[in-house]
Amino acid sequence: MAEEKSEKKKLSRRQFIAGAGVTVAAVGAGAVFLGNGRNAEKEEDAEQASQALEGAVPITLKVNGKAHNLSLQPRVTLLDALRERLEVTGPKRVCDRGTCGCCTVLLDGEPAYACLMLAIDAQRHEITTVEGLGTPDRMTAVQRKFIEKDGLMCGFCTPGFVTAVHAVLAKNPNASLDEIRQGLRGNICRCGTFNRVFEAAVEAAREMRRA
Amino acid sequence: MAQSAQWPDRQASRYLGKDIPRVDGPTKVTGAAKYTYDVVLPGMLYGAILRSPHAAAQVRSVDASAARAMPGVVAVLTDIGRAARFAGEEIAAVAAETEEIARDALKAIRVDYEVQPFVSNTLRGKDIPDRVGEPQVNSRGEDPDTLWAQAAAVVEGEYYVPVREHLSLETHGVVVRWDADDALTCWCSTQAVHGVAGELAAGLGVPRQNVKVICEVMGGGFGSKFSPGVEGLTAARLAKAAGRPVKLMLDRYEEQVASGNGPDAYMQCKAAATSDGRILAIKADLFGTGGYSRRWAVPFPYSTYTVPNVRAAMHGVQTNAGSQRSLRAPGHPQGCFLTETVVDELAVALRMDPLEFRLRNVRGGVWDQQLRLGAERIGWSRRASLPKSGRFRRGMGAACTTWGGGGRGGSVCEVRIGNDGSVWAGIGTQDLGTGTRTYVAAIVAEVLGVSIERVTADIGKSTLGNSGGSGGSVTAASVSPAVMMAALSARERLAQTAAAMLGVPAGEVRFADGNASAQGRSVSFAEVCAKLPSGGIEVTGQWNQALQRSGVGGVQFAEVEVDMWTGGIRVIKVVAVQDCGYYLNKLATESQVIGGVIQGVGMALLEDRKMDNGTGRQLNPNMETYKVPGSLEIPDIDVVLFDTHDQVTGIGEPPVIPTAAAIGNAVFDASGVRMRRLPMTPKRFFDAQEGRMV
Repeated sequence: MAEEKSEKKKLSRRQFIAGAGVTVAAVGAGAVFLGNGRNAEKEEDAEQASQALEGAVPITLKVNGKAHNLSLQPRVTLLDALRERLEVTGPKRVCDRGTCGCCTVLLDGEPAYACLMLAIDAQRHEITTVEGLGTPDRMTAVQRKFIEKDGLMCGFCTPGFVTAVHAVLAKNPNASLDEIRQGLRGNICRCGTFNRVFEAAVEAAREMRRA
Repeated sequence: MAQSAQWPDRQASRYLGKDIPRVDGPTKVTGAAKYTYDVVLPGMLYGAILRSPHAAAQVRSVDASAARAMPGVVAVLTDIGRAARFAGEEIAAVAAETEEIARDALKAIRVDYEVQPFVSNTLRGKDIPDRVGEPQVNSRGEDPDTLWAQAAAVVEGEYYVPVREHLSLETHGVVVRWDADDALTCWCSTQAVHGVAGELAAGLGVPRQNVKVICEVMGGGFGSKFSPGVEGLTAARLAKAAGRPVKLMLDRYEEQVASGNGPDAYMQCKAAATSDGRILAIKADLFGTGGYSRRWAVPFPYSTYTVPNVRAAMHGVQTNAGSQRSLRAPGHPQGCFLTETVVDELAVALRMDPLEFRLRNVRGGVWDQQLRLGAERIGWSRRASLPKSGRFRRGMGAACTTWGGGGRGGSVCEVRIGNDGSVWAGIGTQDLGTGTRTYVAAIVAEVLGVSIERVTADIGKSTLGNSGGSGGSVTAASVSPAVMMAALSARERLAQTAAAMLGVPAGEVRFADGNASAQGRSVSFAEVCAKLPSGGIEVTGQWNQALQRSGVGGVQFAEVEVDMWTGGIRVIKVVAVQDCGYYLNKLATESQVIGGVIQGVGMALLEDRKMDNGTGRQLNPNMETYKVPGSLEIPDIDVVLFDTHDQVTGIGEPPVIPTAAAIGNAVFDASGVRMRRLPMTPKRFFDAQEGRMV
């Protein structure tokens, strides 16, 4: 089993490299890459590269404590894999290029933009989305304070902000208002809930310290 | 009954007028809330639209044979557009097994374009006669040109507010599923579930009653999401052709180039004031673009001031850029910035305190009271002692706002109470993040004297009772009266049953704390429901004019710090005094005001759609170069809900109107540099300091 798994990983990795090249090239001329085989050392590798472009590969993602086996193209981002394949839709797709923070997830506890990472690259990491932090019946202090302080309006940025606040407070339970602002630099809210998000974070930190 | 209906006294209420946490908060903070973008249906395909790279072109031919042949491509439409009037206009579309394949397929479509000349922005187009529409002239009093000699102060200049974008976080889009040959369900990120249902029915040629539109939650619209749009109709056609559901959400580029924007406003203006501090006359030529249409206007001079003599000509400029759509208080932030900047300049030219000058010229007592209150809250008396030399300088500025916000007739709410004690209220409105769902539940809970958790507020479906689109800040004042009337009807029915149980006249029964009580006796709400005639209660309520009102005023004061070395501007504090009538939910109302101010900060300092004159394409169709405020730009915001009457009025739009003007005036107060062009970037600060309009 372990043998087979590592074999798969090796294969995936090579295909991933080819796939990543394509992702970049695809902006202008995805098809050109296929033809020139520039990254392939052997004909076999070129063959694999073309499979990587067109075909799906098996990958395993561990999301909110549960492992999921998936078959998808190496170019699929972690965000799209979560949302469209696993229907874990808390992380939102907004800017799709690492500006707005609406897709923020925790990767082994560290905040990360799921739109800037390929799903295949997120294997072996513990991925936590907002759904994995708390549920409507069992909300975290951060989630409860967001509601109490009205740190949300349309709510589309909220999963990202909630996740980012969790990350900030996990790192620094004594975070000051200024440190919270700094910690949320990577998140955009268009409705304009910032002041209340800050209040919610400060209050949540206070409550978490007491607990 | 209808005539006597009134909102409960806030002092005595349990919910209304208090801080009510959002009823959909738990699903939104945990990621459980399902937006249109989150819908995934079995067998669903992904749609994508091919857009013109040219700002102006005719389509000679479209060859989609290679796209059709690609594995995973299920449907292709090559007839959705035959011409491009802007870079980004829709030409063809595909549906495929995955979004990645759909986007690959777009690249395989070959379009032969006949490229034509284009004009990409107002500042170029205004000098090309056939690009400029017939002027609309706002005229009153004498011709200002006959009055300049009487003036004690005259100011003159060029001003510019750029095109801004809605930048809704959830892009426009739909998921469409055909349920029968002439019936469909459409999940749509929209501000108008009934409106979208009507447009889809008309556009697709199916009966209106066979179209079900669902929008339980939506990720921002700000005026851009009233229609299914080309993307909605295209998705429906793709789904029909494929025989499978289709999801078609715009990507960020598409959202920014093709889903609407707030038009710009360029102005050449001359204005004068008399020695006793009154505005005498304003003469102006204004130009702006709504895209390809030549229709364009902004309210100028802004109606908060008495200006006896006006000649203001509005010229719409045709450009090859995406079309305007209503953007939160359409035209008002532009009209307000232009007017308030001129007003401030007149005060300075007269060597008069800008606050005093405003007090002499505002059109009504509301602004007079609000200006005095706002001045006190920001500490206007500190203004003279703020640092005005050295690197970091501080100043204060003010501006006034006005809006309607009354309701529209036609909303219908249904309330059902079951024998099991369940309470359901349904109305086909939508919650843009304003808290609609929460006040629907709160009104019913308040009237029936039960806890808000007992009430299910069902909204966001075109199959529910009629309600209009959420634009013009009309939603609260359109929806809440219908909900109130339905709740009152339901309570009357409950009172009859309760009265029989208690042995008292129905008129004496009071509902509170989950009980029905009279003459010292009481039965629980659940017991009353159990005794209701079988089938419980089903009543509807209509909009009631007496419960709402139009017309709000407001003022904002800003305090800023200007870094004279870098041109950086930091907004320290904004005081927002907002006339708001009977607010249903204090918490959500304050959030609306805070949100308006923050969007106003964006308008003041950051937001600017940039078109490239060489290619006709937008240079910043993404969120890292079209900038909006983030956590480090947010000022301290002091919201003052200025309550002038006891009827519901919408305030979604007015708080965004005066912020940029107040900030610009504060920058002048701090630095002596008059910023007549937005956004006030560091470069523009130095341009303005050196007298360059650019």
